[in-house]
Amino acid sequence: MFPLNDNGMMSGLLCGILFGYVLENAGFGSPVKLSAQFKLSDWAVFKVMFTAIVVAAVGLWLLRLAGLMKPDTIAVPQAALMASAVGGALVGAGFAVGGYCPGTSVAGLFSGRLDALVFIVGVVLGTTGFAVSYGTALKSLKAAWLIAEGDTFTDVYAVPELVVLAVLGLALVAVFHFGSSFERRGTGIVTAQQAVEGAR
Amino acid sequence: MSALEKHGNPEIKPFWSPLAAGIALGLVLLLTFVLSGHGLGASGAANDVVAGVGLKLAPEATRANGYLGPVVADGSPIGSWMTWEIVGLAIGALAAAFMAGRFRVQLDGARSVGTPARLISTLAGGFMAGLGARIAGGCTSGLGLSGAAALGISAFVFLALFFATGLIVSRLVKGV
Repeated sequence: MFPLNDNGMMSGLLCGILFGYVLENAGFGSPVKLSAQFKLSDWAVFKVMFTAIVVAAVGLWLLRLAGLMKPDTIAVPQAALMASAVGGALVGAGFAVGGYCPGTSVAGLFSGRLDALVFIVGVVLGTTGFAVSYGTALKSLKAAWLIAEGDTFTDVYAVPELVVLAVLGLALVAVFHFGSSFERRGTGIVTAQQAVEGAR
Repeated sequence: MSALEKHGNPEIKPFWSPLAAGIALGLVLLLTFVLSGHGLGASGAANDVVAGVGLKLAPEATRANGYLGPVVADGSPIGSWMTWEIVGLAIGALAAAFMAGRFRVQLDGARSVGTPARLISTLAGGFMAGLGARIAGGCTSGLGLSGAAALGISAFVFLALFFATGLIVSRLVKGV
């Protein structure tokens, strides 16, 4: 019965190696490729993310349907909506300014990018800054707009899981459709050749 | 224009298509859920490292800290699943870059915005991302990707604000 709840070294290394291998092959070690998402000229970030979300969500649903995974056995983030909104805005701003997010900066560094190392230093400083200033203000930010009834649309609003999956599927089609249309009108997607040459 | 510039370097292999990369990433994420019971992440490793280094350098202050204290309650979190996952991420990315001829040491963005501006933009971006990830309790991977696959409401709030803010800020600041 899954999940195996294996949180050992080999499990972490295996998942990480596969994660890093896919990220770099998607082009996500390049800040030019990554930041082109926000210039709307290259939609790879959202195309890859939405595809992965749908594949994994449908996979988890199938595992439960087949009786291989019990409900409520995997980690779901707490529905702390204010914290998610403020944090999402800051990570988005950091991505637009720095060209990476925490995970992709590691892929950037290990494809040779020294600016990614500086980004990682920034992530560590930001993490330290949060810990040092953790007090009443940040605690109340984390507690604001917290949905106590549950963490998913199914738990809180009784939306059937299949409906949630169908909406995600439609969102995926929309991302590919509108994304590709923006890509055709824009300056074109960032090729591996351009990414390796660096920003110009 | 040389032939190399015109036709590109044949040693550099193209990126995977977004659909292929997305399916591969989805399967890796699914495997991660099946193996560990949770999704992929990144900023959590930074938190583990900060907590672990804090425990070494300033044990009393770290144990007394409201946020890091619980993280170090059972000893140093360096060696946690998340820290090994990041070591793996580095190995996987390095292997992929080398195998595809895409490994090149450079300060990406130095040519487009200048070295000092690039160092500032990437440091400031990292700081905002690190701070934001701790406020949200996850970053693009841990909350945006993995949380959405687990159908968490907060993941979609995160992604909406991530996108909206990124769109606006990228019009105001040229960081790369």
